[in-house]
Amino acid sequence: MSDKFNQRLPWAKRYPLLGPLFGLGFVLVLFQVMVHFHSGMSFMTPNTVGFILTQTVVVATGTLGMTMIIVSGGIDLSAGSMVALTGVVAGVILRAGYSSWLAVLAAILVGAFSGLINGGIIARFNMLPFIVTLGTMSTARGLAKWVANNQSVNYNFGITEGLNGLMNTPSVLHAASAPQWWVGLGPNDLPNPIPTMTPDWLYNLCTHFMSVAPGHPGELYLPIWMPPIAVLILLVLTVGMSIVMNRSVFGRHIFALGSNEDTARLCGLRTKTLKVLVYVLAGMFIGLAGVFDVGRLRQGDPTVALGLELDIIAAVVIGGASLNGGVGSIWGAIIGALLMTSLRSGTVQMGWPSYIQEIIIGIVIVLAVGVDKIRSRGLKG
Amino acid sequence: MRLRLRGIEKSFGATRALSGVDLEARAGEVLALIGENGAGKSTLMKVISGAHMPDSGTMELDGQPFAPREPRQSSDAGVAMIYQELTLAPHLTAEENLVLGREPSRLGFINRTTRREQARKALEMVNHPNLPLDIPVRALSVAQQQIVEIARACASGARVVILDEPTSSLGRHDVETLFRIIARLAERGVALIYISHFLEECRTVAKNFLVLRDGKSVGGGELSKIDDAGIIRLMVGREVTELYPQAERKLGEPLIELNGLTGKCGRPHNISFKVRRGEIFGLAGLIGSGRTEILRTTFGLDRSTAGSVIVEGKPLALGAPGHSLAAGLGLLSENRKEEGLLLNRDLADNLTLSRLDVLARGGFVSRTKQLAAARNLMERLDVRAKTPTQAVGTLSGGNQQKIAFGRLLHQQADVLLLDEPTRGIDVGAKAVLYRQMLDVAQAGRAVVMVSSYLPELLGMCDTIGVMCRGELVAVRPRAEWDEHSLLTAALGRETPEEVNH
Repeated sequence: MSDKFNQRLPWAKRYPLLGPLFGLGFVLVLFQVMVHFHSGMSFMTPNTVGFILTQTVVVATGTLGMTMIIVSGGIDLSAGSMVALTGVVAGVILRAGYSSWLAVLAAILVGAFSGLINGGIIARFNMLPFIVTLGTMSTARGLAKWVANNQSVNYNFGITEGLNGLMNTPSVLHAASAPQWWVGLGPNDLPNPIPTMTPDWLYNLCTHFMSVAPGHPGELYLPIWMPPIAVLILLVLTVGMSIVMNRSVFGRHIFALGSNEDTARLCGLRTKTLKVLVYVLAGMFIGLAGVFDVGRLRQGDPTVALGLELDIIAAVVIGGASLNGGVGSIWGAIIGALLMTSLRSGTVQMGWPSYIQEIIIGIVIVLAVGVDKIRSRGLKG
Repeated sequence: MRLRLRGIEKSFGATRALSGVDLEARAGEVLALIGENGAGKSTLMKVISGAHMPDSGTMELDGQPFAPREPRQSSDAGVAMIYQELTLAPHLTAEENLVLGREPSRLGFINRTTRREQARKALEMVNHPNLPLDIPVRALSVAQQQIVEIARACASGARVVILDEPTSSLGRHDVETLFRIIARLAERGVALIYISHFLEECRTVAKNFLVLRDGKSVGGGELSKIDDAGIIRLMVGREVTELYPQAERKLGEPLIELNGLTGKCGRPHNISFKVRRGEIFGLAGLIGSGRTEILRTTFGLDRSTAGSVIVEGKPLALGAPGHSLAAGLGLLSENRKEEGLLLNRDLADNLTLSRLDVLARGGFVSRTKQLAAARNLMERLDVRAKTPTQAVGTLSGGNQQKIAFGRLLHQQADVLLLDEPTRGIDVGAKAVLYRQMLDVAQAGRAVVMVSSYLPELLGMCDTIGVMCRGELVAVRPRAEWDEHSLLTAALGRETPEEVNH
């Protein structure tokens, strides 16, 4: 073991997340100050934080798959349509009276299958991902409308039941102390029972550490700081994906594939199989994003998530990924998604019209990538 | 004096890339700029071309102060760069490329007649009036593309032309053409700066030389007054007594055997030879003769249409690099930038990619083990780098090549298929790679090496085969070859003889 080669790289190279994190912090502080002067209120209330988290979940789940695809040197333009399609599929299954688990499973399987189609065509025929997914984007949207019979899919579930419970913010232990912060995110008069989808082990774990509300035997109430179940699932998946991308052989191979496909082949990697796997896995995340979207809207709608793929791609790029492949970060993409939702939320609180929102978000995307270019320029040569 | 540099210094952060360079280039003469990779040649060129501003020092062009702030200013002043990587627009025709940026036009519309005239005139200046003007340049050979590039420089009225390793992708015949063009440009009063690792090339084209070492100009003068050993002494600051290391080796059992291997489009065609344990086998031939294709087909990167490869008595499944790797084959690509390396990934990833599983448990790579393995290899190969976590693209060419080679060592390949292993790298890096090849052979493994550089083949190999037009025309022990006979065979002037090996 050698003790040479221990010099340090510039900080920007050692901690690539600092850039996006700084951007997010900057936006939050900026709006805190602006909202304060605008209305004398605070921007960063638990209310807004909860709102931002909930609103970010769908895009953030999508970025888990999209980061993988972009790092591998590809792109997926069909993500938005696929969120609609998988959502509609979940909705139809729920409407038919089947269990939520089946709906989730079906959505994820449909996502995986679409990934198989995308990845299969791209790998087998050596076609450009941009073109292939541009095609499947339209096809998936059409399929979604067909499955839903061109209207929204309504199912009669309570606000906390089944998938709907995924996006609810659990409230405090005692109904009496339920603060008004969570208004608009869930029922504001009563605390939410934990969603029916909670597996037994989680239920047992929770009841072990938390009180059961008096007068509601068997029902569990979660503390105020508890984010929606969907956010928790996202957090777990993010940690998992980050480890898979950075530490697993599969993940390192994805980086290699995107950095230089010829080299990857030279090093004995099965590049075509790898590509298909990347799209399949990413499709599963898109399926999950579709489930979360249904939970958010409480219905399946074939016309939702128009242009969502661009939000997802923007988040991935803000998070430090290169569209040329080989570079990217799961956590960076999550931060990118949070940054964009914060911007949206902030402009709403400032009372600015939505077109201002769109203009600002456009500028931020270009700025984020531009700053990254400048930052890394001095490190070459 | 056409171009005069005095005391040029340039630092990047804590790194001093240039620490005092003096350079003088006269009109009508060729100056050879020599130095190891990392000696500062590229930085110096970037300073002259305006891509970097020097921290201190002065530059003069024809007696006038010359301080370009961007490449545009430098080329407007008449300084043209011909890079190793060509900078033509591949989809445009030669004619369009020749006048690119200076299109003769009226009211925004291109005057085609004038454009054709200008293109013709430009090609005339480099003595190639018959180059096809109407097909996209990507359809031209590399040599022809280079001619277009030089012609473009001349057409823009260049007073100084800088050529960076211009022969690295050319065959022998094309090199001679290039030299004639250089001589002609010098006759016309252009000052040329010629950067190359090949001393004999420098002697052929240049009158004067300048040696850079560690960012300083350490010596210069007339090439006729110094011998190769003297130049190398200046370059490395030490005596390189034995560039080609020798050691006693016992040749053992045949390790790899090609039987009538034929690739797609019949290139290579019907190749058979054996390489034994402990042997270094060389493949000579002109560019395009099918040498590279032998390695690629054997390794499974190119499709084979007939024949077989036997490794240690077992037939190899062809067409699957993964299988070849598992069978103990390792390939070093001739093209390290486009195929050999993941330029934006770090050194550790690049060194270990082909055999990550030994560093992993349950599918997850141990970063600690990976870094330790990388540090080990980096030390073994004397890589000039800060840390294994820096991107491989930040290293100099020679060190990049060491990393690409190091991957084969990490993979513990039994048969090393090396395609132009020392092309475009400095003497120091070459010495390291030669040493490693010899170590591999001494350990009872085998090396198959393709090279365009004949002294290297004669210096390193036990056996040399010569390729001509896709066929292996002769295989003989090194002692029976010399440069002349190798070249004759490669040119196809020798009757094909029995392959007796």
